[in-house]
Amino acid sequence: MSNLEEQVAQLQAQMDAMKSQTPSNKLSMIVFSGDLDKALAAFIIATGATAMGMEVVMFFTFWGTPILRDKNKTVGGKDTMGKMFGTMLPKGADKVKLSKMNMGGMGTAMMKSLMKQKNVASLEEMIALAEELGVKIFICEMSMGLMGFKREEMISYEGVEYVGVATFLAEAADSKIQLFI
Amino acid sequence: MSDDIKVDKSLDLKGLACPMPVVKVSKGIKEVEIGQVIAAVTTDPGSLTDFPAWAKTSGNEILKSEQDGNEITFYIQRKS
Repeated sequence: MSNLEEQVAQLQAQMDAMKSQTPSNKLSMIVFSGDLDKALAAFIIATGATAMGMEVVMFFTFWGTPILRDKNKTVGGKDTMGKMFGTMLPKGADKVKLSKMNMGGMGTAMMKSLMKQKNVASLEEMIALAEELGVKIFICEMSMGLMGFKREEMISYEGVEYVGVATFLAEAADSKIQLFI
Repeated sequence: MSDDIKVDKSLDLKGLACPMPVVKVSKGIKEVEIGQVIAAVTTDPGSLTDFPAWAKTSGNEILKSEQDGNEITFYIQRKS
């Protein structure tokens, strides 16, 4: 009899262990690219996933980081390299270019007007929608430091967090889907 | 409108492009009670496959869909 109880307890423990290993209904995405087309795809997938009932985490790193700069904010006190990165990298979602057929900005302008005509949301609108839908945004602390970006020049986004790779990996380990864009 | 299905809420999703139709339908379904039905009209050809995929994943049921020109109407019952 006590043997049976022991077995039940063992099974219970095994089931608890399995439960803790089952990933959540979550999508974790690394947004590495700073291209308009890829960023758009990232946000379409992210917002679509919330519609599918998933929790979504986006981790912006490297060239993806400047997408989240606020075009209306300027900060001082940067060193020479920081100023250089600040000038050379796009200042926010509106300034991001296509990865192909940019043609000195002409291609990007044409794509944007085409998107308007076809009623496809702009990248800025997609970011606002993601915020409304509760998509969580992490920004890579190291990329911020490397490129000399300051938190004060980033968009205000509900619940945005500045984190390292471990924080993202903890989310990714608990996700059903992980994407790198 | 279908004769045999009682619609509790209508959603006009015409002209919207991916991912807006599924984003809006997932919001809209939460505005009716479980068991009630929404009628969603889209013009996005992608929704022909997207709506069934969304319904399957979200645990809701498409009772019927009908196409009239480029307009597609889905009758969706909230199940969960």
